[in-house]
Amino acid sequence: MGQAIAFYTLAACILGFGVLVITAKNTVHSVMFLVVNFLFVAGLYVLLGAQFLAVIQVVVYAGGIVVLYLFVVMLVNLKRPPEAHQDRRRRGRLGVTCSLVVLAELVAIAAYKYVSPAAGLPPALPMGPDNVAQVGMLLYTDYLIPFELASMLLLVAMVGAIVLAKRDL
Amino acid sequence: MVLSAALFIIGVIGVMTRRNIIVILMSIELMLNAVNINLVAFSNLWQNAAGQVFVIFVICVAAAEAAVGLGIILAFYRNKETVNIDEMSLMRW
Repeated sequence: MGQAIAFYTLAACILGFGVLVITAKNTVHSVMFLVVNFLFVAGLYVLLGAQFLAVIQVVVYAGGIVVLYLFVVMLVNLKRPPEAHQDRRRRGRLGVTCSLVVLAELVAIAAYKYVSPAAGLPPALPMGPDNVAQVGMLLYTDYLIPFELASMLLLVAMVGAIVLAKRDL
Repeated sequence: MVLSAALFIIGVIGVMTRRNIIVILMSIELMLNAVNINLVAFSNLWQNAAGQVFVIFVICVAAAEAAVGLGIILAFYRNKETVNIDEMSLMRW
């Protein structure tokens, strides 16, 4: 019962702040709402028994990526909001597209409501209170190759970002 | 699951209706978070820790993509001085 209450509260907060992220006029406000959103998602992860992911979410997402966004927002230095209310017709077409996306998603959820676990799932370790150790064990035994590929990807992204942001090459 | 779909849709609407490129990138991050919520929820349902490993990779890819995307924005802003994507039409015909 308490878990249900916590879940619905977290879900309402996540969705509410998500809407605030995309509808705030000031870009800095959007970034702040994004931070709060990430923190609530981390709380949801703790509720779902993924404590390692909750901490990773706070550190990487809320701590690193949002700081990146704040840097760029401050560097871009918006003095006026760039949203001008032109193009009513384009907004209308976008609205139709968005409602179609909504419809497709809800139909997909309703159709696949009672999905049983796929037979092709790897027999991974069951979760328990020792979450960090089990995730670590999985990372280094079953998923070693994706782990190494991810580190290569991060290296390439880092080099790319530095090259893109250099003032003179 | 419904929460994840709703958050994803919020992200998609944000990407398509805002013209500030930074808010568009943030909406993409929202969408990736929605996917992560879905993965963690199913990982909890089936008591299989493989979902959480995948979430780690998704977070890693999202971080890389955010960094490169912001680098692109910085490089663009140095030339054009705008963050309105209507004015970023260098490659349009």
